[in-house]
Amino acid sequence: MAEKKKYNYCKELTKGFLRENPVLRLVLGTCPTLATSTSVVNGLGMGIAATIVLVCSNIAISALRKVIPSKARIPAYIVIIASFVTMVQMLVKAFVPALDESLGVFLPLIVVNCIILGRAEAFAGKNPVLVSAVDGLGMGIGFTAALFCMGTVREIIGAGTFLTGLDTMIGSSFKGFDFTGALSKIGLAPMTIFILPAGGFFVFGILMALANRLAEKKGMKKASLNGCEGCPHAAACGKRQEGEAK
Amino acid sequence: MKFYIALLVMGILTQNFTLSKFLGICPFLGVSKKLNTALGMSAAVIFVMLLSTAATYPLNILLQKCGLEYLQTIVFILVIAALVQMVEIIMKKYMKPLYNSLGIYLPLITTNCAVLGVVILNIDNITGYAAYGFGFGHAMVNSFAAGAGFMLAMVLFAGVRSRLEAADIPKGLQGLPITLIAASIVSLSFLGFSGIVEGMGLM
Repeated sequence: MAEKKKYNYCKELTKGFLRENPVLRLVLGTCPTLATSTSVVNGLGMGIAATIVLVCSNIAISALRKVIPSKARIPAYIVIIASFVTMVQMLVKAFVPALDESLGVFLPLIVVNCIILGRAEAFAGKNPVLVSAVDGLGMGIGFTAALFCMGTVREIIGAGTFLTGLDTMIGSSFKGFDFTGALSKIGLAPMTIFILPAGGFFVFGILMALANRLAEKKGMKKASLNGCEGCPHAAACGKRQEGEAK
Repeated sequence: MKFYIALLVMGILTQNFTLSKFLGICPFLGVSKKLNTALGMSAAVIFVMLLSTAATYPLNILLQKCGLEYLQTIVFILVIAALVQMVEIIMKKYMKPLYNSLGIYLPLITTNCAVLGVVILNIDNITGYAAYGFGFGHAMVNSFAAGAGFMLAMVLFAGVRSRLEAADIPKGLQGLPITLIAASIVSLSFLGFSGIVEGMGLM
């Protein structure tokens, strides 16, 4: 029986970090990745918010997996996810208003983040509660890590700073590093283009190439959009393109 | 009138939904391989955006009257999903040719972040552009502009991608990386439009 299956919790947790990193390997959640990685703090905020929603919705969906009829599962998942997103949204508005302001529309848009619906469809809807929670946590950490990488590159090159805005977000006395002064001494200025949308696409492209290279070395297949098994629309999407090809 | 034109120019060029607001990246990267698919998909997006704005704008007033603004996200996503499903069924039954060219993309768009994004942004704009009296008409124009901007980006990018297929690309960059870098250059070219709204004296 599937229920009696032994789960390797450690493996389920770590697969999200690198092997099945939702952003760099499964190519899910590209919109928030590109939009909120203008600075490290922004990216981390988005990552943590999404992780909380992911873990909670995975637990709820997995607990209800025998109650939800399979035909009505997508709307049911969306309602569950939307409820958790609303909760997180209200918490962020109340306790970290600066983050709410900088994430803007992308905070409510966690609802349509493919990572969350994708994990619900691919994992939580079929597996017991504890292992689903672990899977959600791993995927969330993987998402946050990808955002952190993107944010680090974009903030250092694009703004010449690192971890700025931490003081306004969590009220710490640490204001982040500022390299702009040191850079201007040697006649360099930050390349603003990297915090603009064009830079986001570029950094994401380069990161994706690096991830592909790593994967290739380990004998895994390259990340491609056709490999987005996690996306609930993957089947329909693939058929659509095959149909076009014929 | 000026503000309507400003909304159109902003939505299509300066604040392009896909290339500068990063909404709807999944279909932008996934369905832009062929020109006719890109056109069909973006026509469906324009249609759904207009439809869901028309449905959610009055709903928002209702929610505000009841003091339930915090339910925005849940209500909007459900209304959009239900609406799209309904339209798909009606289209399949009564408008077969339209369904074949446009309807097949509808299920893909239900959970598209561009659609929910435009709806939420329209509600935000009511307070953001209060000085211009942002109302229902403006919301509809804004949705159309967002959809048209998405279409422009998709069509342009489909052209770029068809050229990419014939290009000699370094091995490490083949596939998705080069697509993203090409998107970066397309997005870069849209930066050239910045300031056009202020330059034309529209706002």
